Amino acid sequence: MGHGPAVKLGKDNAQGYKTTLGIWMFIAYTIVYAGFVVINAVKPTLMEKIIFGQTVAIVYGFGLLAFALILAVVYNQLCNAAEARMNK
Amino acid sequence: MNYETSPLAIVLFFSFVAFVLGLSFYLARRTTSSAGYYAAGGNIHWFTNGIAFAGDYLSAASFLGICGMIATAGFDGWMYAIGYLAGWMVALFLVAEPMKRLGKYTFTDALDSKFNSKGIQLMAAISTLVVSVFYLIPQMVGAGVLVKPLLGMPHWVGVSIVGIVVTIIVATAGMASTTYVQFFKGALLLIVSTIVVGAVLTRGLTTEPKGFDDNSKPLQTIAANVAADGSLQAGELTAPAGWQEGEFGKAGLVKLSGNGEESVWSFAANTDGSYTLDEALFVVTQPDGTKLYNGGSKDDAKFFPVGNLKEITIDGQQVAQTGALGPFAYLSAVKDSTVILWGKKYVLAGDTKYEVFYQKPTPGARVLRPGLKFKVDNATGTEKFNFISLMLALFCGTAALPHILIRYYTVPSQAAARKSTIVAIAAIGFFYVLTLFLGVGAMTNGVINLTDNNMSAPLLALSFGVILFAVISSLAFATVLGTVSGLIVAASGAVAHDLMDNFLGLHMSDAGKVKAGKIAAIVVGCIAIYLGIVFEGMNVSFLVGWAFAVAASANLPAILMLLFWKKTTAKGVAASITVGLTSALGLILISPDMWVRYGLLPGDAPVQFNSPAAISIPLSFIALIIVSLMTQKDAISSEATEAA
Repeated sequence: MGHGPAVKLGKDNAQGYKTTLGIWMFIAYTIVYAGFVVINAVKPTLMEKIIFGQTVAIVYGFGLLAFALILAVVYNQLCNAAEARMNK
Repeated sequence: MNYETSPLAIVLFFSFVAFVLGLSFYLARRTTSSAGYYAAGGNIHWFTNGIAFAGDYLSAASFLGICGMIATAGFDGWMYAIGYLAGWMVALFLVAEPMKRLGKYTFTDALDSKFNSKGIQLMAAISTLVVSVFYLIPQMVGAGVLVKPLLGMPHWVGVSIVGIVVTIIVATAGMASTTYVQFFKGALLLIVSTIVVGAVLTRGLTTEPKGFDDNSKPLQTIAANVAADGSLQAGELTAPAGWQEGEFGKAGLVKLSGNGEESVWSFAANTDGSYTLDEALFVVTQPDGTKLYNGGSKDDAKFFPVGNLKEITIDGQQVAQTGALGPFAYLSAVKDSTVILWGKKYVLAGDTKYEVFYQKPTPGARVLRPGLKFKVDNATGTEKFNFISLMLALFCGTAALPHILIRYYTVPSQAAARKSTIVAIAAIGFFYVLTLFLGVGAMTNGVINLTDNNMSAPLLALSFGVILFAVISSLAFATVLGTVSGLIVAASGAVAHDLMDNFLGLHMSDAGKVKAGKIAAIVVGCIAIYLGIVFEGMNVSFLVGWAFAVAASANLPAILMLLFWKKTTAKGVAASITVGLTSALGLILISPDMWVRYGLLPGDAPVQFNSPAAISIPLSFIALIIVSLMTQKDAISSEATEAA
């Protein structure tokens, strides 16, 4: 069959916590991403307005990239802490 | 437009290829097991794997395609980058760790981990092959496009070089060499692109960019009057009487003759009865198939590169140039200025076809928001649906690409899988910020080849000197090289591991699995070379969009439901892949874009959207849910039999 990981993995008691955390963070990012898509589809002229000296499109676009990285780092920190706490 | 072959670029390119092959042969000596061949022994460091992820992902479409699209369509090109990066959040939060936990060599392993189902093994392997081939074709076509300016050789030579080198890489060391090639390439791509963006910002903006081509010249705007005989007169240039009723006139264009040459202009009527003419560029396809560029052959270099600002406004004042600018000041200056974009019209005059590129002065704020490529302003319901469907495909496609998923098996732990994904997000996100400046830089620096905008980033580098051009072209070629290696490993794994070993039950020895993988790699490599030659001229981004839509429809619903719905059955997973794959492919085949390729009118296509994801992804989910609910008893009795 050849199923299971190619390397031996230890038991991970934090798996449930990480799964739940991942789902919530996925929902949070999806809402922000969906907001970007919906604004473009429904009211694209809003994207041409100026905030912080740039178009909303540029600010929202950079925001999506930055938000992704921030969420990813926070997720990793919380997962690391959970693994340290639950896999002693 | 003609490129001169650079000896430095040739030396750099062949040095890189020699380095890659040397690395491959070195690593091949350590690859003796199937775990080594398919998963690099599972002991790649998470940081190395993260950058290799970026190397895998920043393919011809991401690097060449997005820069080219931004250069000609502004923010709409960057929308692809936003969608591609968003897809990594699905991979990180939902897929990374479970894929590592459940799978061994291929993503089919993870899907089939609970079931040992022939249906899953067959359908997942077919899906892997289909998606990989869809992704392979644009990479190979991209290689052919690059080789012309880089090495001065024809398309088929470029495709063959990439195919042969990659097949040697994969057939020798598999995932280990692929990973290190991607690591070096990904890291170098980030460093060199940062240098080019630094140069763009230091140069700033000017209304008369120098570009890189000695034949580049400022675009002309001239005044013209209608003579008593009805002809149009612009100095020594004339158009015959009735010029407005002809095919050119109906398209808002005029063909002028004078000094033994013809030229094409777009015209605007003034209130006093005179006309203002803006210079256009044109490609003529004659009845015998020969092409003329602005009235000359390609070697005459009359078809010059374009891209400039019409007016620059800084703090309310119009200036001719800005000097060095910071990143946000640069975007702000473009936003407040007027950019010359280019439209395209086809005119059929007798048996001769004219492809005319005309100037479209556009406010910078309009360039830095969506709508120039995607129809979002005053869009019909179908156009809105098409846009949303594309953004959905980009969001869902990443976490379903087989050559990305197999990279989770090269690291030693679930935590390493997670960390390497975060490194990938940081590297890819940073690169996509750079692409915005590379694209806008090409747009405003007089380097766009209107007949092939894929070359915008390398040509922007050429405007700073041949060394940067040589380095970035070699890297672009290496980009194709690396991505094709990953795809061929994924495809060969599907054939040797999923189909031969699991589905057909050949039960090969460990050495046999490696041998089968290498033979499969050679076969897939040969097919890739053939398809790369056959599909010459086909749009690279177009095919990558397909690959994302098909992957998202065929693979992602099965992966997610397996992880998060306990009632998922083997037949449900197989049905989901089957329905997702066939519905996505079917909708693509009857889409307006395909109708054009069949030589038919796009308006006659049975469906009026090009991106199928918004229909095929839900269909795939529904198929899985219905079939799983219908086969609950089968699943329970199967479990009971196994328990007994």
